[in-house]
Formats: sequence, structure tokens, C-alpha cells
Amino acid sequence: MSTAGARRENGAAVAPDEVDLTTVLADARLTNPVMTASGCAAAGQELHQFFDVAELGAVVTKSIMRDPRAGRPTPRMVETPSGMLNSIGLQGPGIDSFLARDLPWLLRHDARPIVSIAGSTLGEYAELARRVGNTPGVAAVEVNISCPNVENRGLVFACDPQQAARVLSVVRRDTPRGVPVFAKLSPDVTSIVDIATAVVEAGADGVVLVNTLLGLHIDLETLRPELAGVTGGLSGPAVRPVAVRAVWQVAKALPTVPVIGVGGIRTGRDALEFMLAGASAVQVGTAIFNDPSAPLRVLRELRVELAARGFGKAVEAVGYSHRLPPDPRREV
Amino acid sequence: MNDAGGPLQVDGEVFSVKRVGDYVHMTLVAAGIAERWRPGNFVALSVGGDTSAALLRRAFSIYRARPSGIYGGTVEIVFAAVGPGTSWLAERRPHDRLNVVGPLGRPFALPKEPVACVLVGGGYGSAPLFGLAERLRERHCGVHMVLGAATESRLFGALEAKRSAQSVTVTTVDGSVGIPGLVTDPLPALIARSSVEVVYACGPMPMLAAVTAVANEHGAWSQTAVEESMACGIGVCMTCVLPVTGDDGVTRMVRSCVDGPVFAGDKVRWDAVGTVPAGTYGAAATGGPV
Repeated sequence: MSTAGARRENGAAVAPDEVDLTTVLADARLTNPVMTASGCAAAGQELHQFFDVAELGAVVTKSIMRDPRAGRPTPRMVETPSGMLNSIGLQGPGIDSFLARDLPWLLRHDARPIVSIAGSTLGEYAELARRVGNTPGVAAVEVNISCPNVENRGLVFACDPQQAARVLSVVRRDTPRGVPVFAKLSPDVTSIVDIATAVVEAGADGVVLVNTLLGLHIDLETLRPELAGVTGGLSGPAVRPVAVRAVWQVAKALPTVPVIGVGGIRTGRDALEFMLAGASAVQVGTAIFNDPSAPLRVLRELRVELAARGFGKAVEAVGYSHRLPPDPRREV
Repeated sequence: MNDAGGPLQVDGEVFSVKRVGDYVHMTLVAAGIAERWRPGNFVALSVGGDTSAALLRRAFSIYRARPSGIYGGTVEIVFAAVGPGTSWLAERRPHDRLNVVGPLGRPFALPKEPVACVLVGGGYGSAPLFGLAERLRERHCGVHMVLGAATESRLFGALEAKRSAQSVTVTTVDGSVGIPGLVTDPLPALIARSSVEVVYACGPMPMLAAVTAVANEHGAWSQTAVEESMACGIGVCMTCVLPVTGDDGVTRMVRSCVDGPVFAGDKVRWDAVGTVPAGTYGAAATGGPV
């Protein structure tokens, strides 16, 4: 964890261009803290039509599974107030195609790939960790143990501390040292701190907070759930306060553990809010559907927001709100 | 980055908004899109402004696109104001700003030979067919149009069609104008009479399925522009998928935004849209415990 950085006295603004955006996540050192969120950027190619993916801190890929996967039937998506529900079902090409085509593309374009992996069994997670982790150039592995769009929704690994710990333990065991492993957690739990503690004890180098919240929408024409998958994951600005709360709680309880914040980030101000709550990096997800340039725009805006508050280094803002003295006007 | 002729993201401006029957015809100033446009491409517009609670882009087939003139390049779309997003768009006024992404998607494939073609449009689905008609005429193809709708006010471009096509047939379900019935009613006779080799269609999914069936029966190629609900329009969200059979005979769940919206009609598994049919690539993995 970075040392407490003092906000410059008298609001002496730093020039945006002078802000050092470098961030450190365990063994991964990134040029800046803004990434794409898994499942919202495919494997980077499509977004590269709108901005240079190498300019981001990292590109987090859509979760890769061992086998090709057709996903769920349609409708897979419903727009909701300031957000959306999705029920994609992890459609993807499988690890062979990913390693043969998508990952080389990212590396060829100088992106820093964080590869999200999702398995049905511990064995699959282990295999994915070995194959992804041993590929040169992978900045980190993000372990999706919290996708709600699975066949047996009662068995989301991230909802049970022991199950979550088992997955992270095998992934950490089978991923080469030097490649950080981050656990992406679900906010749909009684205590996010308990789950975060469990995965960190099992070897996770950091946590990604949060995945989507499970939601449901009923179509008033058909009087049935609109999504073919019935339930779906809620994302977008609607979930942001939940995500910021999760980051705050985990950063407070586990101050030395790197946290990556994700959930409803649309602007640089949103990104800064996550960093103040304790996130060393942030991911932009659903906002991409609204604005394909969103990740790079958020980065540009974050630089301005940091500068305006006198943060010469992005790391100084990480967890800053926790370090402020109690507000004397408030009861604690 | 984007120097290969891919889509652009443009801070555009509303030039005009006109009511046409039950529809809205909107012209946008959006530089660079017309130069890259081919008939069948679409644009994705954000709605509600920068802080909108409606995050998802709305996709619209391009009706016309004109390269830079006095006002800069323009793009025209036609839509029905049916939900909050399209209603908001319909309320825009000249000089309002709109963020435009496009041109997106695969356009209609054009025949190499000067063959006879029929262009079938359902409702405002006729919009992309006029640009297509122009390209076909440039290739010396025969162009016939069949335009259909529930009722007269939901036809789009019936007059313009007379300038675009050698023959125009109009159908309405309620018989308010043209032949009472569906576009597929006059289609078989037209295909036979004019020795049509390619059928192009844009409109509701059931219409596309029916048009494809007629084309298949008559040994004509079909090119169908599908309408699937999209969240991003650029290929990253995976919501707009439908089952399409590839040249290798394997059915895949493909994205209508980047792999379509135009597909060879006979490749689309129309009866299975909304499902993942058995045998689809990767379907086995979906059934297991996860």
C-alpha cells in the first residue's frame, strides 16, 4: 500500500500532464490505473477502432473458459434505469482460440492483457491458470468466480468463502510467480470482507470489486421475465454506490491488499471516487456500451480530477478518504 | 487504430427532424460516415444526453448518407418513436448534439452480374433499400421493390420507390393501400415473372423468415438485414446474437452487429432465433454444470 500522500496545501493545483498515473498491483506495475472491465471489451480488437488500447493501464478480457461456449438464448439484455441486466452465459471461443488469436493480437498491439478466466470445476480453473499464466506478456490473471450467469446459480463460487478460497488456491498454485492473481468477487454476499479475506488467505494477490448484482425484470406485455435466462447481472451507474461501498469495506479491513474497483464508472470523477475509497485501479465496463471511447475518456478525466485536487501521483489518492481525520461535525 | 475504414465515433448535430406518416425521418450532420457507408450499414446513437439514465445505444439502419457538402457529411435515418429512447430522439431539434457511431455492420452483398433483384421492405425497414437500389442500378441490375406495412401510414418511401425501381408493389395488411395482405403474397409471381435472382429484405424477423422461404423455393439468393436488440452495436456486448450456419455447416451464435446485420437468408436458423439450437458450436458446454 502506498504511503499516505498529503493533498497539496492551499489547493495548489498540479498540471494534469504532470500527474504520475503509475499504479502498482502486487507484482504488476501499470502505467495508469484505468482498465476495461471483463465482458465489456471482448478482447480489445473492437475498441481499438475507437482508441489505442495500449494507452490503457490494462485490457481485461472477457472471461475465457476451457471449451468453446454458445452462451444463453436471447433476449440476453434489458435496459434498466442507469444500467442494464445481462444474461450472456459466458459465450466465448474457448482457451485454444483465445491463446492462438486474441492474446497475440493484444500483445502485438502493446496492450497489457489481464486475462479473466472462468471454470466449471477446480480442474478447469487450474488448467486455465497454467495455460494463461505461462504465456509471456500476460500482466495478471483475473479469476471470475462470481459470474451469476451459470447453470446452477446456487453454486457461484464467490458466494461461499471456502469455495472461493479453493478456487483461488489452485489458481495461485498453478500460475507462475510474478504473475499476479486477482479474484473478482460478487457483491451479493452477506460479508464481502469475509470473502475477500478468504481468497487473500488462499493466495490471491488482490481483489476486483465488484461483479454484477443479480437482478430480474418482468415484461409487462408478456407478464414473464424478459431475459431468456430469467435472472441477469445488473451493471452500470445504478450499482456504483454498492461497488464503492464494497471497495471501502475491503480496503478498510485489508489495507495492504490491492483492490481494483469496478461498477458503474462513467467519468473520471467516478474513477476518483473508487480510488479515494481504496481502489488502486479501476475498470470501465457498461459505460463502454454508451460510449466506446469511455475507458480512455475516463483516464483523461481522472488525470484532470487528480490534478485539480493537488494529487501529483495517482497512488496518493488511493484510500485517501480513509486517512482523513474524522469530521469533527459528525458523530462516528 | 482506425485508418482501415472502420466505424467512427462522431460528435454529430441534428440537421432536421420530420414526421413521415407514423415515422420520424432524421438527418444528422456527422462527418466522415457517408464516405464509409455502404447500404445495409447502420449507426448507433446515444440517447438522453451525457448523463442519461438510458445507457444503451439505439441502432438505426442508414437511409441515406451524403459526403461533405455545405453542412458537412450527413446521415439520414428513419425510425418509429416507440420507447423512451426513440421518443427522446424524435423530440430533438436542429443544432442539438448527438453522438453517432458508424457506419457499423456488414452491408448488403452486391451481385457481380447484372441480374434482376427484388428489394422487400417491411415498415421503415424499406429505408436502407433505396441506397441499395442505387448501387444495384449502377451495376445495371434490374430493381423491383415490394413494400409492405400494417397500414398506409406505416409504409415508408412508396413514392420514392417509383423513382428507384422498375416496378413497385405495395401491400398493406388492412388493405388501406395497395394489395391487401403481406409482402410475401405478390413475391412468388414477381420472382417468376422478372426472373429475379437475388431477394433483398429488411423488416421484422417473421417477414425475413417468410421472404427467405419464398426465395429458397424459387432458387433465388436472399440477403436479409435482421433486427435484433443490441446494447453496444460494435461487437463487444454479445447480446444481439442469433443462430447462423456457416459455410462449414456449423451453426454458431453470431453477433448481428458485426457479423450482420445482413446475412444470407438461407444461413439464418429462423425457426431457432431466440434459442441455442442443439448442435450449435459450444452448445454442449452450455448444458453442463458450471
